[in-house]
Amino acid sequence: MANIISDETIEYVGILAKLELSEAEKEDAKKDMGRMLDYIDKLNELDTGGVEPMSHVFPVNNVFREDVVTNGDDRENMIRNAPEKKDGQFVAPKTVE
Amino acid sequence: MSLLDLTAVELGRKIKAGEVTAVQATRETLAQMKALESTLNCYVTIDEEGAKARAEAVQKKIETGELAGPLAGVPVAIKDNMCTEGLLTTCSSKILYNFVPTYTAEAVTNLEKAGAVILGKTNMDEFAMGSTTETSAFGETKNPWNTAHVPGGSSGGSCAAVAANECFYALGSDTGGSIRQPSSFCGVTGIKPTYGTVSRYGLIAYGSSLDQIGPIAKDVTDCATILEIISTYDGKDSTSLKREDTDFTSALVDDVKGMRIGIPKDYLGDGLNAEVKKAILDAAEVLASKGAIVEEFDLSLVEYAIPAYYVIASAEASSNLSRFDGVKYGYRAREYEGLHNMYKKSRSEGFGPEVKRRIMLGSFVLSSGYYDAYYLKALRTKALIKQAFVRAFEKYDVILGPAAPTTAPKLGESLSDPLQMYLGDIYTISVNLAGLPGMTVPCGIDAQGLPIGLQLIGDCFREKNIIRAGYAFERSRSYQAPAIAHSIGTPDPARVRTDAFGKGGRVNEQTV
Amino acid sequence: MSRQYEMVIGLEVHVELATKTKIFCGCSTAFGGAPNTHTCSVCTGMPGSLPVLNRQVVEYALAVGLATNCGINQYCKFDRKNYFYPDNPQNYQISQLYLPICHDGWVEIETAAGKKKVRIHEIHMEEDAGKLIHDEWGDCSLVDYNRSGVPLIEIVSEPDMRSADEVIAYLEKLRMTIQYLGASDCKLQEGSMRADVNLSVREAGATEFGTRTEMKNLNSFKAIARAIEGERTRQIELLEDGKKVVQETRRWDDNKESSHAMRSKEDAQDYRYFPDPDLVPVMISDAWLERVRAAQPELRPEKMARYQEEYGLPLYDADILTGSKHLADIFEETVAQCGRPKDVSNWLMTDAMRLLKEAEKDPEDLDFTPANLAKLIDLVEKNVINRTVARSVFEAIFRDDVDPEVYVEEHGLKVVNDEGAVRQTIEELLLKNPQSVVDYKAGKKKAMGFIVGQTMRAMKGKADPAVVNRLVEEMMSR
Repeated sequence: MANIISDETIEYVGILAKLELSEAEKEDAKKDMGRMLDYIDKLNELDTGGVEPMSHVFPVNNVFREDVVTNGDDRENMIRNAPEKKDGQFVAPKTVE
Repeated sequence: MSLLDLTAVELGRKIKAGEVTAVQATRETLAQMKALESTLNCYVTIDEEGAKARAEAVQKKIETGELAGPLAGVPVAIKDNMCTEGLLTTCSSKILYNFVPTYTAEAVTNLEKAGAVILGKTNMDEFAMGSTTETSAFGETKNPWNTAHVPGGSSGGSCAAVAANECFYALGSDTGGSIRQPSSFCGVTGIKPTYGTVSRYGLIAYGSSLDQIGPIAKDVTDCATILEIISTYDGKDSTSLKREDTDFTSALVDDVKGMRIGIPKDYLGDGLNAEVKKAILDAAEVLASKGAIVEEFDLSLVEYAIPAYYVIASAEASSNLSRFDGVKYGYRAREYEGLHNMYKKSRSEGFGPEVKRRIMLGSFVLSSGYYDAYYLKALRTKALIKQAFVRAFEKYDVILGPAAPTTAPKLGESLSDPLQMYLGDIYTISVNLAGLPGMTVPCGIDAQGLPIGLQLIGDCFREKNIIRAGYAFERSRSYQAPAIAHSIGTPDPARVRTDAFGKGGRVNEQTV
Repeated sequence: MSRQYEMVIGLEVHVELATKTKIFCGCSTAFGGAPNTHTCSVCTGMPGSLPVLNRQVVEYALAVGLATNCGINQYCKFDRKNYFYPDNPQNYQISQLYLPICHDGWVEIETAAGKKKVRIHEIHMEEDAGKLIHDEWGDCSLVDYNRSGVPLIEIVSEPDMRSADEVIAYLEKLRMTIQYLGASDCKLQEGSMRADVNLSVREAGATEFGTRTEMKNLNSFKAIARAIEGERTRQIELLEDGKKVVQETRRWDDNKESSHAMRSKEDAQDYRYFPDPDLVPVMISDAWLERVRAAQPELRPEKMARYQEEYGLPLYDADILTGSKHLADIFEETVAQCGRPKDVSNWLMTDAMRLLKEAEKDPEDLDFTPANLAKLIDLVEKNVINRTVARSVFEAIFRDDVDPEVYVEEHGLKVVNDEGAVRQTIEELLLKNPQSVVDYKAGKKKAMGFIVGQTMRAMKGKADPAVVNRLVEEMMSR
């Protein structure tokens, strides 16, 4: 296969995606990703020169809200599902070094 | 004939006429669920108490005339990736094992306004990633036609529930075929509307540019009726379209005279099961005999849809699913050291293998140095695929083909080879890339006794064409339900799993 | 240090826009709510929620772009910037990378080194992050999403600045312009204006840029100046030692007056930008652009010219008054009520500025009602109070925004116009101080001043000084 995914790549993508893979999962991921990218490389057969990338399928523009306050205090609902909360706030592991 | 065999519209009519009540229909459906869930596992969460209370309330409003729509009082199942206020919504993932939304998805709200009685939330492939409903963290759903087979996916729970009479209709979502393929495998009818027709507000995103909610039911009349109700412009969804032509039931006409129907030769080649192919061509013949002009043509680019799709959908998914991090809701790892370790552990323990595979792929194709080669290339391919359909719809009103290359595979056959599984989406995926409406209508049963689905694809905003073609076609055959749908007279207590009800709610970190 | 170095500085300035609601949801942007009370499903990143763009954000971004001579991308889009951090609820920030709304502008700045143009590379719209509070008790951080989704524009300059003075002048210029547009209050302390400094050094005369660092956490002009000096020294020392400057992000600690690198293995700085599929592009028609252009308010240079012409103010006054949009607004509103622009100007330039300085505040903090200043000026004009009393009344207006008419009445501060009472007081003082009369008559004119002062004091400053002077002279000459 043409796409050889290195350990470093898997490590790097794991940092980007915040996923921690076991050794076995890493091996699988290397294989799966390599195979998938080989398959995706099929797109290179297509001449897409001069074709604009299409992110939105319909040419819809300018969807706006007016600048009017519509929401009140809904704090209890917002933090209801938090794994850990304190004084109306979400609790996360310490973020400073 | 049992009450449960009625279509949604038929039931609605009887409720309105006072022949049966919403309470009765709900009670019978709950009994059916109780009997079959231990076998089929269509639902992640069953809201028995809520459904009963809701049925009572709706029945009163029907009697006072406050609710008069065609689906008032009819029990419905909702795919578990649509938020329902106060009702567990998991996306069949451990990472949302305890998530109770504080708001309801717009499409579901529309149903509620029309008097729907929500029974519960249906099983699915985790975050809608998969084609078999086997990637669910809460166990696979089984195909009601043969429980050794998968129901398809990702809306497998919704489709199986409709087929097994565990609801009268259901909502599903379709990102690459997730309504049409399981509809085909379960022998039911499902529509993926034009992108932007049904609000995505409250639909937990997989691939935002491709996701659409749609109806799943026993026939085309039901689907058109449901779609008419859920298709509303929603200012909360920037991609929601203002459409004037959502009176889909007006297209329920048995007349295809002069309708131009094209069958892509590309859809009939290698890889298409012979029985499926025959059933599809027979269906085309039925339409031709009713006056449609049917011919084969070259659609082109079909084999590029899958790679383009997996780049785009995985890229969007990698970003959409980054919000699941153990801070605001859902699963958080028990033990961790510091912030980034908490993220990594929560996500690694919370997501299943297929979801992780797509997040990894998506993160990679967007990463520095690969964006142009993969992501932009895929978006350019998407533009070309769209052009191919534009050309096709200059010649045809409807494109006809299979919904899937085969009938439902056996449980456990697909997950071992992800790429092979992805290839099964070949006939459905390009419809999402081009934003088109597509529908599956049952068209036969194979030698194994498994249903075959016919796919009808329309041009953007031309749902009415496929509804008309589908409606005309289904006149030629009667609805067939799997045997299991009629298997209960008196439920066998030995087969009723004690944890069948509300089990999602009780799933805890140890058991998932 | 034998070699001469020069700094090359570019700025990324974030400005919180003055909209009532957030950029993608209908939550209030008001400061000061209890944590998470200005949040909803959208700005806390709940599953299934979707963003919808606030039109006013586009209006403000266009106004700032036009005022800074930018080109406008009439077709612009939003992209997602992906990175994990708890203040960012979706773990991506909605921003603009590929097609930002404004590009290629400039502003003119003036420093001791003269006038120059600083070019603006681009201005883009994006959402602000929430706030993290480090819990003193637990080993954790608390997350408040009230600021999450507050609209920002980021103004990215070209690396055109060469000194801290130029940086400050550039920031002052931006702040002034944006305040005049009403697009933001631009308060550095409150974080509604924030600057990241990209800085490199190179030997004087070199044409290539050196390796730059980015410095964050700068929340006052003073901190910015100190950070620039600190980073300049740090980089030069590295180079003098034959070491290399590493391209990195550094966090300035203004208490320690030093910075440290923010790098971590877990921050890959690979943001995987891609177009946000949940938002549709913004198409700015020529008509829309023209409407914004036509509605642009008077900016500082025009206002200064008008003050001199229309109100006959000296350049010096016009310069100070227009130095703050808020001050200029107070000036205009006061003049609209009582006329006498030069009097109004004097009160603001002398008394108001002195009191602000004593309180260590900015003109933006002035919060009295212009009508009260107008009334005060009327009271002086009509000779109801004298100037000395007026000063103390102004202090009360400055502090507590009192109504001067009520205040003067309540405190009995009116000028005493009863000549009989003044005569009585002088009579008593002359009896107590016979020597003064003797001295005065002997030609010591100072002795009269003494009696005038004593009279004013005895009358608690309320007597009309002109009357007192006349009567004292008359009575001492008897």
